Amino acid sequence: MAEESQGWLARLRSGLAKSADRVGGAISDVFTKRKLDQAALDELEEILIRGDLGVATAARLTTALAKGRFDKEVTDGEVREALADEIAALLAPVAKPLVVDGGPRPFVLLVCGVNGSGKTTTIGKLAAQYKAQGKSVLLAAGDTFRAAAIEQLQVWGERTDCPVIARAQGADPAGLAFDAVRDARDQGHDIVIIDTAGRLQNKKDLMAELEKVVRVIKKQDATAPHACLLVMDATIGQNAHAQVEAFKDAVEVTGLVMTKLDGSAKGGVVVALAEKFGLPVHAVGVGEGIDDLKPFEARSFARSLMGLDG
Amino acid sequence: MFESLSERLSGIFDGLKRRGALKEADVEAALREIRVALLEADVALPVVKDFIDGVKEQAVGQNVLRSVTPGQMVVKIVHDALVEMLSPADPEGAGLAIHGNPPQAILMVGLQGSGKTTTSAKIAKRLVERDKKRVLMASLDVYRPAAQQQLQVLGKQTGVPVMTPVLGEQPVAIANRAMETGRREGYDVVILDTAGRLALDQEMMTEVINVRMAAVPSEVLLVADAMTGQDAVNLAKEFNDRVGITGIVLTRVDGDGRGGAALSMRQVTGKPIKLMGTGEGVDAIDGFDANRVAGSILGMGDVVGLVEKAAQVVEQEDAEKLAKKMMKGQFTLEDMGEQFKQLRKMGSLDGILGMLPGAAKVKNAFDQHNVDDKMIARQEAIILSMTPKERRNPKEINGSRRKRIAAGSGTSVPEVNRLLKQHRQMADMMKKVGKKGGLKGLMGGMPPGMMPPGMPR
Ligand SMILES: Nc1nc2c(ncn2[C@@H]2O[C@H](COP(=O)(O)OP(=O)(O)OP(=O)(O)O)[C@@H](O)[C@H]2O)c(=O)[nH]1
Ligand SMILES: Nc1nc2c(ncn2[C@@H]2O[C@H](COP(=O)(O)OP(=O)(O)O)[C@@H](O)[C@H]2O)c(=O)[nH]1
Ligand SMILES: [Mg+2]
Ligand SMILES: [Mg+2]
Repeated sequence: MAEESQGWLARLRSGLAKSADRVGGAISDVFTKRKLDQAALDELEEILIRGDLGVATAARLTTALAKGRFDKEVTDGEVREALADEIAALLAPVAKPLVVDGGPRPFVLLVCGVNGSGKTTTIGKLAAQYKAQGKSVLLAAGDTFRAAAIEQLQVWGERTDCPVIARAQGADPAGLAFDAVRDARDQGHDIVIIDTAGRLQNKKDLMAELEKVVRVIKKQDATAPHACLLVMDATIGQNAHAQVEAFKDAVEVTGLVMTKLDGSAKGGVVVALAEKFGLPVHAVGVGEGIDDLKPFEARSFARSLMGLDG
Repeated sequence: MFESLSERLSGIFDGLKRRGALKEADVEAALREIRVALLEADVALPVVKDFIDGVKEQAVGQNVLRSVTPGQMVVKIVHDALVEMLSPADPEGAGLAIHGNPPQAILMVGLQGSGKTTTSAKIAKRLVERDKKRVLMASLDVYRPAAQQQLQVLGKQTGVPVMTPVLGEQPVAIANRAMETGRREGYDVVILDTAGRLALDQEMMTEVINVRMAAVPSEVLLVADAMTGQDAVNLAKEFNDRVGITGIVLTRVDGDGRGGAALSMRQVTGKPIKLMGTGEGVDAIDGFDANRVAGSILGMGDVVGLVEKAAQVVEQEDAEKLAKKMMKGQFTLEDMGEQFKQLRKMGSLDGILGMLPGAAKVKNAFDQHNVDDKMIARQEAIILSMTPKERRNPKEINGSRRKRIAAGSGTSVPEVNRLLKQHRQMADMMKKVGKKGGLKGLMGGMPPGMMPPGMPR
C-alpha cells in the first residue's frame, strides 16, 4: 500500500514534471537574474497560458506576482514559489473530498461528463474505495447508449465486487436510475453510483435527457441525487468553462473530478475553473488502474504545476 | 462566453473607418486581439506566435477594399491564412492511402477516450459504402474493460466483420492474425483499433511501435479530440516522432469547442488532418473542412458553409419569384409554408445557427421564444392543414376553421392564432422591405421566416 501511494505521487509528479518541464524550464530562462519588468511579466503570462490556465487567469496571476516585486531583481526560484503559492491559495478552498459518511442512505451519486472523459473508470475506482471502507455499493449502468458501455461497468462491478443494475442497450436511462435508487434502498446499500452516457454540453436533447434522469431520481428520493460529479479530462482546454456552465445548469453539479493527470497535460484550466465557479474538486485520476484515484491537493497540484518538488 | 473576434476588432478599428492601406500600428493592435482569440480557442502558444508573425507580414500595407472595414479586412486575411495552414499541403494527401497490394492496414492511435474505436467503425463503414472496399476490423485494446466487445458491437451495427477476440492474445499477435486473415480472405483494408495510451508511457508506446512494424500500415491515424488544450502540440509531436503518423482525425467537431488544437497538431506534425468526427453515430464522419474549423477557431461561424448549403436547397428561381411577390406586398401562407419546408431541408435549426456568426445570441433569443425544429414542424403542419383557399386568403379563417385546422394539425387554436399573427407581421414587414427594393438573390425571403414575432432584428 505504501508502495502504491509512493507510486502515484511519483507518477503524478513525473507526469506533471514532464508537462511542467517546459513551464519550469521556460521560467528559468526568463528569470535567472532578471528584472521583473513588463516584458518579463508578459513572458510569464504566456507560460501560464501554455499550462491551459487561460488568458484571463494568467493575467490575474502575473499581476498579483508583480505586486511589490515589480522592477526588482528576482530569481527563478522566487518566481516559481510565489506563483505556486498564489495558485495554491486559489485552489485551497476547492480542494474538498466528497463526503458520503453521515449523509443519507442510500447516498445517490450521479456521474456525468462529456464523451470519453473517464466517468466509468472513475466510478470503478470510487466503488473500490467505498468497498475498502466497508460500505456496500450498487452500480447503475446508466450509459445505455454507447456500444458495450454496460459490459464495461459490469467488469468494474466484478473487479470491485459490487452488484450492477443494468438494462438492455437503448433502454431509458431515467427508468434505470429510478429502479437503481429503489433497489439500493430496498436492498439496504449505502451508496448507489449512477453512470451516464458521455454527452457534449451543446446537445440540447442529450442535456434534457440528463435532466430527466435527475427528475426521475427525485421521485424516489426528493433529496437525491446527493452528489453530482462532473468528470473532466486533464487534456481539455478552454472548453472546460462551457462544460461546467452547461452541466451545472442542467443538473446542479456538486463537484469535479479531473482525470488523466498522469499524462503530459497539465489540467491547468482547473485553476481558472476554481476562480470562476468555486466548485469543489474532489479527486484526480492518475492512471487506469483501480487504485489510481487520489484526493485533489491544492498545494502539491500547484507546486507540481510550477515544476517544484513536494 | 467568448466575445467574437469581429466584435473585438470592430472596437479597435472604430476610429479608423476610412483609411487606405493598413498601417503597422493598426495591424499590431488587431493582432493583439487575434492572439487572445487564438489562445482562447486553444491554439498552442508557439503556433500562435508563428502565425501572428506571418499574418503581420501579409497584412501591413494591404489596401482596404472599399466595401469592407479595416477590421473585416484583417479578419479575412487571418481567416484565409488559417484555412491555408489547416489545409493539406498536397490535396492528394487529403484522402486515405489505401492503394497498393491488399490488404492495407490502417492503424488507429491516440490518447485514452479520444474516439479511436468509434472512428474505426466510422471509417470502415465509409470505405465500404463510398469506396466499395472489403474491410475487416480488429481490436488490439486488451486493456480497457469491454473494449473488444465495443468494437464487436460496432461491427454488427455497421455490418463490417470484426476479428473474434482470443482470450489472452496480445496486440502484436492480434495484428498479425488480422493481417493474415485479411490476406487469406481477400480483404482490401484491415483497420487496427488500439488501446488509448499516453505519450509518456514508454511501454505502451513501444507496444504500438511493434504493432506498426508487424502490420506495416499504409495509414497511421492519430485520433484527437477537438477540445484538446495546449497539450495538443506535445501529444501530436510525441506520437508523430515515436510512432510516425500519416494523418490526423479530429473528433467531436460537433461540440462547441473552438478546435484550436487542429491548428496546433497540423503545424507541429506537418501531417494532414484527413477526417473529422461530427457525432456519436457511425455515419458521423466527414472529410476535413478547413473553412469550418477556421471559422470556429475565430468564432466567426461558417458563413461560406451556410451560403453554400442554402444554395443547394433554395432554388434560385423560387427565391426570385418569392422576392418579386414580396416586393408587391404579396406574401401568402403558402409562401410561408414553402419557407418552412426550405428551412427544414437545410438541416436542423441548431445546425444552421451553428454556422452563423454571433450565433450564440441568436440562439438565446430563439430559446427564449421556444423556437426549435419541433416548432417549425408544428407550424408547417398548421399550414398544411389549411385548404389552398385559406392559405391564399387568411382573412377567411374564422373561429370554426381555426378549430378544424388545430385539430387537423394536432396543435391548438392559440398556436394557430399565433401563426396567423406571425404571418401578418411578416407580410407587413416584407411589404416595407419590398418598397425599399431590398431582398434580392439567394437568401431571399429566408431569414424573416426564421424570426418569430417580437424578435430583435
Ligand atoms: N491514463 C489515464 N487514463 C484514464 C484515466 N481515467 C480514465 N482513463 C481512460 O480513459 C478512457 C475513457 O475512460 P472511460 O471511463 O471509458 O470514460 P467515459 O467517460 O465513461 O467514456 P464514455 O462512456 O465513452 O463517454 C479509458 O481508456 C480509461 O481507461 C486516468 O486517470 N488516467
Ligand atoms: N459527440 C461525439 N462523440 C464522439 C465522437 N467520436 C467518438 N465519440 C464518443 O467518445 C467516446 C469515446 O469514444 P471511443 O471510440 O470509445 O474512444 P477510444 O477510447 O479512443 O476508443 C464515446 O462515448 C463515443 O461515442 C465524435 O466525433 N463526436
Ligand atoms: Mg462510460
Ligand atoms: Mg477504444
